[in-house]
Amino acid sequence: MKFSIKVTLKKDVLDPQGKVVQQTLQNMGMDKLKSLRQGKYFEVEINENSESKAKSKIDDMCKKLLVNLIIEDFEISKI
Amino acid sequence: MNSSVIVFPGSNCDRDIAGALENLQFRNTMVWHKETVLPKSDLIVIPGGFSYGDYLRSGAIAAKSNILKEVIKVANDGCLVLGICNGFQILTETGLLKGALLKNKNLKFLGKDIYVKAMNTDNKFCNKYKHAQVLKFNIAHNEGNYFTNPDHLKELEDKNLIPFKYCDEKGNINEENNPNGSLNNIAGILNDKKNILGMMPHPERMIDQIISNNDGVNLFASLLN
Repeated sequence: MKFSIKVTLKKDVLDPQGKVVQQTLQNMGMDKLKSLRQGKYFEVEINENSESKAKSKIDDMCKKLLVNLIIEDFEISKI
Repeated sequence: MNSSVIVFPGSNCDRDIAGALENLQFRNTMVWHKETVLPKSDLIVIPGGFSYGDYLRSGAIAAKSNILKEVIKVANDGCLVLGICNGFQILTETGLLKGALLKNKNLKFLGKDIYVKAMNTDNKFCNKYKHAQVLKFNIAHNEGNYFTNPDHLKELEDKNLIPFKYCDEKGNINEENNPNGSLNNIAGILNDKKNILGMMPHPERMIDQIISNNDGVNLFASLLN
Protein backbone atom coordinates (compact mmCIF):
# COMPACT_ATOMS: atom_id res chain seq x y z
CA MET A 1 0.00 0.00 0.00
CA LYS A 2 1.34 3.40 -0.94
CA PHE A 3 0.77 6.71 0.80
CA SER A 4 1.85 10.26 0.38
CA ILE A 5 2.74 12.54 3.25
CA LYS A 6 2.55 16.28 2.84
CA VAL A 7 4.48 18.27 5.43
CA THR A 8 3.90 22.00 5.74
CA LEU A 9 5.15 24.64 8.13
CA LYS A 10 2.51 25.69 10.65
CA LYS A 11 0.71 28.93 9.82
CA ASP A 12 2.48 31.04 12.44
CA VAL A 13 5.97 29.79 11.52
CA LEU A 14 7.95 32.08 9.27
CA ASP A 15 8.81 30.50 5.91
CA PRO A 16 11.75 32.51 4.54
CA GLN A 17 12.32 30.06 1.67
CA GLY A 18 8.73 30.31 0.52
CA LYS A 19 8.94 34.08 0.78
CA VAL A 20 11.99 34.26 -1.49
CA VAL A 21 10.36 31.95 -4.04
CA GLN A 22 7.22 34.08 -3.92
CA GLN A 23 9.19 37.31 -4.40
CA THR A 24 11.10 35.80 -7.32
CA LEU A 25 7.89 34.72 -9.05
CA GLN A 26 6.46 38.19 -8.48
CA ASN A 27 9.63 39.77 -9.88
CA MET A 28 9.20 37.51 -12.93
CA GLY A 29 5.89 39.19 -13.57
CA MET A 30 3.46 36.74 -11.93
CA ASP A 31 1.58 39.66 -10.42
CA LYS A 32 -1.55 37.67 -9.54
CA LEU A 33 0.42 35.58 -7.04
CA LYS A 34 -1.00 36.20 -3.60
CA SER A 35 1.01 33.95 -1.31
CA LEU A 36 3.29 30.92 -1.39
CA ARG A 37 4.48 28.52 1.33
CA GLN A 38 7.06 25.79 0.78
CA GLY A 39 6.73 22.28 2.22
CA LYS A 40 8.00 18.69 1.98
CA TYR A 41 6.57 15.60 0.35
CA PHE A 42 7.21 11.90 1.10
CA GLU A 43 6.02 8.75 -0.66
CA VAL A 44 5.90 5.72 1.59
CA GLU A 45 5.20 2.11 0.67
CA ILE A 46 4.13 -0.18 3.48
CA ASN A 47 3.59 -3.95 3.86
CA GLU A 48 0.13 -3.94 5.35
CA ASN A 49 -3.24 -5.10 4.01
CA SER A 50 -5.52 -3.07 6.22
CA GLU A 51 -5.67 0.57 5.23
CA SER A 52 -6.45 1.78 8.74
CA LYS A 53 -3.53 -0.16 10.23
CA ALA A 54 -1.23 1.14 7.52
CA LYS A 55 -2.37 4.69 8.15
CA SER A 56 -1.80 4.44 11.85
CA LYS A 57 1.73 3.10 11.21
CA ILE A 58 2.45 6.03 8.95
CA ASP A 59 0.98 8.41 11.48
CA ASP A 60 3.47 6.96 13.99
CA MET A 61 6.36 7.46 11.53
CA CYS A 62 5.34 11.07 11.08
CA LYS A 63 5.09 11.79 14.77
CA LYS A 64 8.31 10.00 15.69
CA LEU A 65 10.62 11.20 12.93
CA LEU A 66 9.32 12.64 9.69
CA VAL A 67 7.58 15.66 11.17
CA ASN A 68 8.60 18.13 13.86
CA LEU A 69 5.21 18.83 15.43
CA ILE A 70 6.42 22.05 17.02
CA ILE A 71 6.80 23.72 13.64
CA GLU A 72 5.14 21.44 11.08
CA ASP A 73 1.73 19.97 10.17
CA PHE A 74 1.20 16.86 8.05
CA GLU A 75 -1.42 15.21 5.91
CA ILE A 76 -1.48 11.52 4.89
CA SER A 77 -3.25 10.36 1.71
CA LYS A 78 -3.50 6.99 -0.01
CA ILE A 79 -2.10 6.93 -3.53
CA MET B 1 35.25 16.20 36.33
CA ASN B 2 34.49 13.55 33.69
CA SER B 3 33.15 14.64 30.34
CA SER B 4 31.96 12.82 27.23
CA VAL B 5 31.80 14.31 23.76
CA ILE B 6 29.35 12.53 21.45
CA VAL B 7 30.58 12.12 17.87
CA PHE B 8 28.31 11.63 14.84
CA PRO B 9 29.15 11.26 11.17
CA GLY B 10 29.36 14.92 10.20
CA SER B 11 30.35 16.34 13.59
CA ASN B 12 33.14 18.85 13.02
CA CYS B 13 33.57 20.74 16.29
CA ASP B 14 34.19 17.64 18.41
CA ARG B 15 37.98 18.09 18.50
CA ASP B 16 37.71 21.77 19.39
CA ILE B 17 35.42 21.11 22.32
CA ALA B 18 37.57 18.19 23.50
CA GLY B 19 40.61 20.50 23.43
CA ALA B 20 38.73 23.18 25.38
CA LEU B 21 37.68 20.65 28.03
CA GLU B 22 41.11 19.07 28.32
CA ASN B 23 42.75 22.49 28.73
CA LEU B 24 40.66 22.88 31.85
CA GLN B 25 41.63 19.43 33.11
CA PHE B 26 38.34 17.67 32.33
CA ARG B 27 38.93 13.94 31.88
CA ASN B 28 37.30 13.64 28.49
CA THR B 29 36.18 10.64 26.43
CA MET B 30 35.01 10.73 22.82
CA VAL B 31 31.88 8.58 22.37
CA TRP B 32 30.82 7.31 18.94
CA HIS B 33 27.07 7.56 18.25
CA LYS B 34 26.67 3.79 17.80
CA GLU B 35 27.73 3.09 21.39
CA THR B 36 24.97 1.91 23.70
CA VAL B 37 26.74 2.62 26.98
CA LEU B 38 27.91 6.03 28.18
CA PRO B 39 31.11 6.33 30.20
CA LYS B 40 30.43 7.71 33.67
CA SER B 41 30.11 11.43 32.97
CA ASP B 42 29.44 14.60 34.91
CA LEU B 43 29.07 16.49 31.65
CA ILE B 44 27.96 15.38 28.20
CA VAL B 45 28.67 17.61 25.22
CA ILE B 46 26.88 17.32 21.90
CA PRO B 47 29.19 19.21 19.55
CA GLY B 48 28.63 21.33 16.49
CA GLY B 49 28.76 20.14 12.91
CA PHE B 50 26.38 18.77 10.33
CA SER B 51 25.38 15.36 11.67
CA TYR B 52 24.03 13.19 8.86
CA GLY B 53 24.43 16.08 6.45
CA ASP B 54 21.47 17.86 8.06
CA TYR B 55 19.18 15.42 6.18
CA LEU B 56 15.43 15.64 6.95
CA ARG B 57 15.90 18.45 9.51
CA SER B 58 19.10 19.54 11.27
CA GLY B 59 19.66 17.15 14.17
CA ALA B 60 16.62 14.96 13.44
CA ILE B 61 18.52 11.78 12.56
CA ALA B 62 21.17 12.16 15.27
CA ALA B 63 18.38 12.57 17.84
CA LYS B 64 17.34 8.96 17.14
CA SER B 65 20.83 7.43 17.48
CA ASN B 66 21.71 4.69 20.00
CA ILE B 67 23.76 6.90 22.27
CA LEU B 68 21.12 9.63 22.44
CA LYS B 69 18.77 7.18 24.17
CA GLU B 70 21.36 6.97 26.94
CA VAL B 71 21.95 10.73 26.94
CA ILE B 72 18.20 11.30 27.38
CA LYS B 73 18.14 8.91 30.36
CA VAL B 74 21.04 10.52 32.22
CA ALA B 75 19.90 14.05 31.31
CA ASN B 76 16.51 13.32 32.89
CA ASP B 77 18.40 12.14 35.99
CA GLY B 78 20.16 15.51 36.21
CA CYS B 79 23.47 14.97 34.36
CA LEU B 80 24.81 18.21 32.84
CA VAL B 81 24.35 18.35 29.08
CA LEU B 82 25.72 21.04 26.76
CA GLY B 83 24.65 21.19 23.12
CA ILE B 84 26.45 23.64 20.89
CA CYS B 85 25.16 24.62 17.44
CA ASN B 86 24.17 21.29 15.82
CA GLY B 87 24.17 19.97 19.40
CA PHE B 88 21.46 22.50 20.27
CA GLN B 89 19.47 21.41 17.21
CA ILE B 90 19.82 17.77 18.28
CA LEU B 91 18.67 18.57 21.83
CA THR B 92 15.50 20.25 20.52
CA GLU B 93 14.83 17.28 18.22
CA THR B 94 15.06 14.88 21.19
CA GLY B 95 12.63 17.03 23.16
CA LEU B 96 15.16 17.56 25.98
CA LEU B 97 14.91 21.25 25.10
CA LYS B 98 11.64 22.73 23.87
CA GLY B 99 11.27 24.69 20.63
CA ALA B 100 12.96 24.34 17.26
CA LEU B 101 15.68 25.95 15.19
CA LEU B 102 14.48 27.23 11.84
CA LYS B 103 16.40 28.47 8.84
CA ASN B 104 18.11 31.81 9.40
CA LYS B 105 15.81 34.69 8.59
CA ASN B 106 18.02 35.94 5.73
CA LEU B 107 18.45 32.37 4.37
CA LYS B 108 22.23 32.71 4.52
CA PHE B 109 24.74 30.54 6.29
CA LEU B 110 26.25 32.78 8.95
CA GLY B 111 29.89 32.34 9.90
CA LYS B 112 31.09 35.33 11.91
CA ASP B 113 31.86 36.75 15.32
CA ILE B 114 28.87 38.16 17.18
CA TYR B 115 28.17 39.54 20.64
CA VAL B 116 25.94 37.98 23.26
CA LYS B 117 24.87 39.28 26.64
CA ALA B 118 24.96 37.02 29.71
CA MET B 119 21.36 37.43 30.87
CA ASN B 120 21.11 34.81 33.58
CA THR B 121 24.23 33.64 35.34
CA ASP B 122 22.61 31.74 38.19
CA ASN B 123 23.18 28.31 36.68
CA LYS B 124 25.90 25.66 36.38
CA PHE B 125 27.04 26.87 32.96
CA CYS B 126 27.37 30.63 33.48
CA ASN B 127 28.19 31.28 37.13
CA LYS B 128 31.66 32.61 36.28
CA TYR B 129 30.23 35.34 34.05
CA LYS B 130 29.05 38.66 35.42
CA HIS B 131 25.40 39.53 34.96
CA ALA B 132 24.93 41.55 31.75
CA GLN B 133 28.52 40.86 30.65
CA VAL B 134 28.96 41.23 26.89
CA LEU B 135 30.84 38.34 25.29
CA LYS B 136 32.24 37.89 21.82
CA PHE B 137 31.52 34.43 20.43
CA ASN B 138 31.52 32.94 16.96
CA ILE B 139 28.51 31.59 15.10
CA ALA B 140 28.51 29.20 12.12
CA HIS B 141 25.06 27.99 11.22
CA ASN B 142 22.28 27.92 8.67
CA GLU B 143 19.47 26.98 11.08
CA GLY B 144 19.83 29.05 14.22
CA ASN B 145 16.54 30.90 14.21
CA TYR B 146 15.04 29.88 17.55
CA PHE B 147 11.28 29.38 17.55
CA THR B 148 8.86 28.25 20.22
CA ASN B 149 5.22 28.81 21.19
CA PRO B 150 4.26 32.04 23.02
CA ASP B 151 3.57 30.24 26.34
CA HIS B 152 6.99 28.60 26.38
CA LEU B 153 8.67 31.85 25.35
CA LYS B 154 7.06 33.57 28.33
CA GLU B 155 8.14 30.73 30.58
CA LEU B 156 11.74 31.04 29.33
CA GLU B 157 11.75 34.75 30.17
CA ASP B 158 9.89 34.44 33.50
CA LYS B 159 11.96 31.55 34.83
CA ASN B 160 15.33 33.02 33.73
CA LEU B 161 16.02 30.18 31.32
CA ILE B 162 17.71 32.34 28.67
CA PRO B 163 21.40 32.61 29.52
CA PHE B 164 22.49 34.37 26.31
CA LYS B 165 20.87 36.88 23.96
CA TYR B 166 22.38 38.37 20.80
CA CYS B 167 23.35 42.01 21.25
CA ASP B 168 25.75 44.65 19.94
CA GLU B 169 29.20 45.45 21.30
CA LYS B 170 27.68 47.62 24.01
CA GLY B 171 25.05 45.09 25.05
CA ASN B 172 22.03 46.61 23.31
CA ILE B 173 19.54 43.90 22.42
CA ASN B 174 17.54 44.75 19.32
CA GLU B 175 16.47 43.36 15.96
CA GLU B 176 19.47 44.93 14.23
CA ASN B 177 21.79 42.72 16.27
CA ASN B 178 19.74 39.59 15.85
CA PRO B 179 21.75 37.66 13.24
CA ASN B 180 19.29 34.85 12.50
CA GLY B 181 15.80 36.02 13.45
CA SER B 182 15.57 34.14 16.78
CA LEU B 183 12.61 35.07 18.96
CA ASN B 184 13.63 37.67 21.58
CA ASN B 185 17.27 37.51 20.28
CA ILE B 186 17.68 34.12 21.98
CA ALA B 187 21.16 32.61 21.49
CA GLY B 188 20.76 29.82 24.04
CA ILE B 189 18.24 28.27 26.42
CA LEU B 190 18.17 26.09 29.52
CA ASN B 191 15.65 23.42 30.45
CA ASP B 192 13.48 23.86 33.54
CA LYS B 193 15.93 22.06 35.84
CA LYS B 194 18.82 24.11 34.37
CA ASN B 195 21.00 21.04 33.80
CA ILE B 196 20.75 21.21 29.99
CA LEU B 197 22.03 24.15 27.95
CA GLY B 198 21.63 24.50 24.19
CA MET B 199 23.30 27.41 22.42
CA MET B 200 24.06 28.36 18.82
CA PRO B 201 27.32 30.33 19.40
CA HIS B 202 30.58 28.41 19.86
CA PRO B 203 32.27 29.11 23.22
CA GLU B 204 34.88 26.43 22.44
CA ARG B 205 36.24 28.67 19.66
CA MET B 206 36.95 31.42 22.19
CA ILE B 207 39.44 29.90 24.56
CA ASP B 208 42.72 31.31 23.31
CA GLN B 209 43.74 34.97 23.16
CA ILE B 210 46.17 34.27 20.31
CA ILE B 211 43.60 33.07 17.79
CA SER B 212 40.47 34.82 19.06
CA ASN B 213 39.70 35.80 22.63
CA ASN B 214 39.02 33.83 25.77
CA ASP B 215 35.39 34.77 26.43
CA GLY B 216 34.44 31.10 26.19
CA VAL B 217 36.74 29.88 28.98
CA ASN B 218 34.41 30.88 31.79
CA LEU B 219 31.62 28.70 30.45
CA PHE B 220 33.78 25.64 31.01
CA ALA B 221 35.27 27.06 34.22
CA SER B 222 31.71 27.61 35.52
CA LEU B 223 31.07 23.89 35.21
CA LEU B 224 34.04 23.18 37.46
CA ASN B 225 32.95 25.77 40.00
